[in-house]
Amino acid sequence: MGLKEKLHNIKEKGKGKKWLSAYSAFHTFVYTPNETTHSGGHIKGADDLKRVMTNVIIPLIPILIFGMFNAGFQHNAAINGFPEGMSFFSGDFWNLDNLYIGAIKLIPLILVSYVVGLGIEVFFATINKHEVEEGYFVTGMLVPLIIPIDTPLWMLAVAVAFGVVIGKEVFGGTGMNILNPALTIRAFLFFAYPTWMSGDKVWVAGANALKGTPDAISGETILGGLAQGKDLVYSTWDMFYGFIPGSVGETSTLLILLGAFYLLFTKIASWRIMLSSVIGAIVMGLIFNGVVNAGWITEGSKFYDLMNTPYWEHLIIGGFAFGVVFMATDPVTASQTNKGKWIYGFLIGFISIMIRVFNPAYPEGVMLAILLMNVFSPTIDHYVIQGNIKRRLKRLKVQKITIKNYG
Amino acid sequence: MSKDIQIKKGLDIKLKGEAEKVTENAVSSNVYTLKPADFHSIIPKLSVKVGAKLKAGESVFYNKANEDMKFPSPVSGEVIDIIRGDKRKLLAIKIQADKEQQFFDFGVKDAKAMKADEIKSHLLASGCWSFIKQRPYDVIANTEKEPKSIFISAYASAPLAADYDYVLAGKENELQAAVTALSKLTAGKVHVSIGKNSNSPFAKLNDITLHKVSGPHPSGNVGTQIAQIDPINKGEVVWTVTPQDLVIIGELLLTGKFNAERIIALAGSSVETPKYYKTKIGAAINSIVGGKLKKEENRIISGNVLTGIAQDLKGVLGYYDNIVTVIPEGNDYEFFGWIKPIFNKISTSRALTFSWLFPNKKFDLNTNTNGEHRAFVVTGIYEEVFPLDIYPIQLLKSCMYKDLDEMEQLGMYEVAPEDFALTEFVCVSKQPHQEIIRKGLDLMLKEIG
Repeated sequence: MGLKEKLHNIKEKGKGKKWLSAYSAFHTFVYTPNETTHSGGHIKGADDLKRVMTNVIIPLIPILIFGMFNAGFQHNAAINGFPEGMSFFSGDFWNLDNLYIGAIKLIPLILVSYVVGLGIEVFFATINKHEVEEGYFVTGMLVPLIIPIDTPLWMLAVAVAFGVVIGKEVFGGTGMNILNPALTIRAFLFFAYPTWMSGDKVWVAGANALKGTPDAISGETILGGLAQGKDLVYSTWDMFYGFIPGSVGETSTLLILLGAFYLLFTKIASWRIMLSSVIGAIVMGLIFNGVVNAGWITEGSKFYDLMNTPYWEHLIIGGFAFGVVFMATDPVTASQTNKGKWIYGFLIGFISIMIRVFNPAYPEGVMLAILLMNVFSPTIDHYVIQGNIKRRLKRLKVQKITIKNYG
Repeated sequence: MSKDIQIKKGLDIKLKGEAEKVTENAVSSNVYTLKPADFHSIIPKLSVKVGAKLKAGESVFYNKANEDMKFPSPVSGEVIDIIRGDKRKLLAIKIQADKEQQFFDFGVKDAKAMKADEIKSHLLASGCWSFIKQRPYDVIANTEKEPKSIFISAYASAPLAADYDYVLAGKENELQAAVTALSKLTAGKVHVSIGKNSNSPFAKLNDITLHKVSGPHPSGNVGTQIAQIDPINKGEVVWTVTPQDLVIIGELLLTGKFNAERIIALAGSSVETPKYYKTKIGAAINSIVGGKLKKEENRIISGNVLTGIAQDLKGVLGYYDNIVTVIPEGNDYEFFGWIKPIFNKISTSRALTFSWLFPNKKFDLNTNTNGEHRAFVVTGIYEEVFPLDIYPIQLLKSCMYKDLDEMEQLGMYEVAPEDFALTEFVCVSKQPHQEIIRKGLDLMLKEIG
């Protein structure tokens, strides 16, 4: 008896039992089910939710691997000094030492994210007797990529539990949530443990442990540095390739861009949201550059350095690119109408850069911008749909008038 | 005024097993069956008992809500069985056909000379009213309400659909009589849509407004055409009739006989040699497909693969159907089917699915759902295949939470379940869109009427 028959027999035995949803999650992972159509259309398209979610994870894998190398690289660079003139394939970056340091930091974060998050999902699926939905596949991968490398595991566990329960399950699980679960988890971390998360120590592996010792290293992000008016040591290419400190997955604009192409090519993410977000960010960036050029703000101002950052540079530093490509495009929490997506995306880009400049306590605006627009996306959709409803009513009126006039 | 209709949004599902344009006579069925379930929302009252002898066209049952609305026997013969289900619900009436067919004489009529009321009562008495459907609600037309216009789609874009140009060839006279009669029942127009490059017999007819349609499925759906030509507003009614039912109406007017004969396509990848067959409404499926299928586990569908009803060999050709499609069942597991690259199934994404590489390839799809039922997650894919000026997901959701006001505002009066067949096909959450819409329409019909 082959594996297929064995698994099938276990499923038959489990019918009506509580453990079936947990078992099905595993079974459907190995085999797509033998279910056939029974109402409506007799044939179905090839894609299911598992395939869609998997195809979001695929472009995240190179970013994750890069993140591991970068974690080690930043650690070593903080101790030994930042190497000059790096190319993308520089041996200073891609070496086993960097990978080792990054891997032992990052793998536990991934494990905690998946074990805690999936555990809660399976628990809720079991008590609600529904299938385990695939949403956390992606969330669980996004979470380790958007947090600082030095996040303690227990903090992450608490945050994941909060994010999954309060951010998703209380609304009814995958497909019903209002806020992006991964960003809810990140926001929880940042607002529940501000003394740990803010400041300049969490972004580089080991910076916290060395704090106060003679070997102390700095570990702040570019945005943190700019908010404090420090000079940058990184070249534009360093920023584009991603050899900079920051949340694990957010640094390499190059790989994020490749990921964006993949998501757009596979038609999984909305190009409308990505494009309009970038436009929104550029518009806000240009406004700030204009303010500086017009001389309305002087060099002494605390906003000067961030406002003076060229508009295009905003696109490659901080979490903007990652947020726009992988988080803003979450279909559940984004606007659901095509017109709404344009507005939603534009405002995310616009507000991201605004928060960046005006809020030095949290010099990363994209998280807050996306969460804010998540809250407003139903409102945007409401007005877009009202347009459709009004058009229908207008058609009715025209019809009535015509009948009146011409019988 | 004729208007050409060009549809951009949609999806042509190209399947193997298209019917070859050759017509044979199907084995004549011994027993013909009428199923009240084909007439949605009608509560049937029997007009015959077991043992009764009927001529073709005589009433078998009538509509409880409107006793004038009769449902005819497709053949002459003897009622041999009446099958009831729970609460004595009438499920089927079986009629054993006579060797020599006899037709009830409804009298030869000249449609041109008839008044609207005469036509109406003629159609009701002969059972031909059952061919007229209305929107909103996609049910048999209410006799009380005058339609603002009548729509006939003579262009079939559904997968493997019977080619109307082929099955209607030579039926000009019948079609002309029928459209002339129908044109008197509306103050508006009779809109007929044909394919852009077709040689449809409709092209030369009078009393119609002709439209040429192009673009992918659902360009042939009458709902798509209504939305383009004369959309339905609140309080309005339009009628729809399929071309092959027009032929029956036409023949009734010209000869006085109710002749339930029609040419149907037998298509699908499980059919050995797909072609056209001449048969009658209510014929046993076995008389059509018997001995013509490949030896495997098959799904026999009366209708097309998107909107038809599953049947078995003991089943019946549906009252409105002009195609029987047979495709393989897909009740097998697929190892890591959710991640492996897919070449042999149709997808509108490119998520390791490669049907986009072969735009002209014909696929051999089975009935597997390709995944499990999930909550709605993905957005934007539905609009790509949905040409109506309606937000499909929002309308579906309003049906799910039964908000009548919202359903009305979002355009529920304009849709039929078949309009959601493609959104159902592409749905990654495998939601039953057509069933949701049908239930929503039934709710509205009950609450608003």
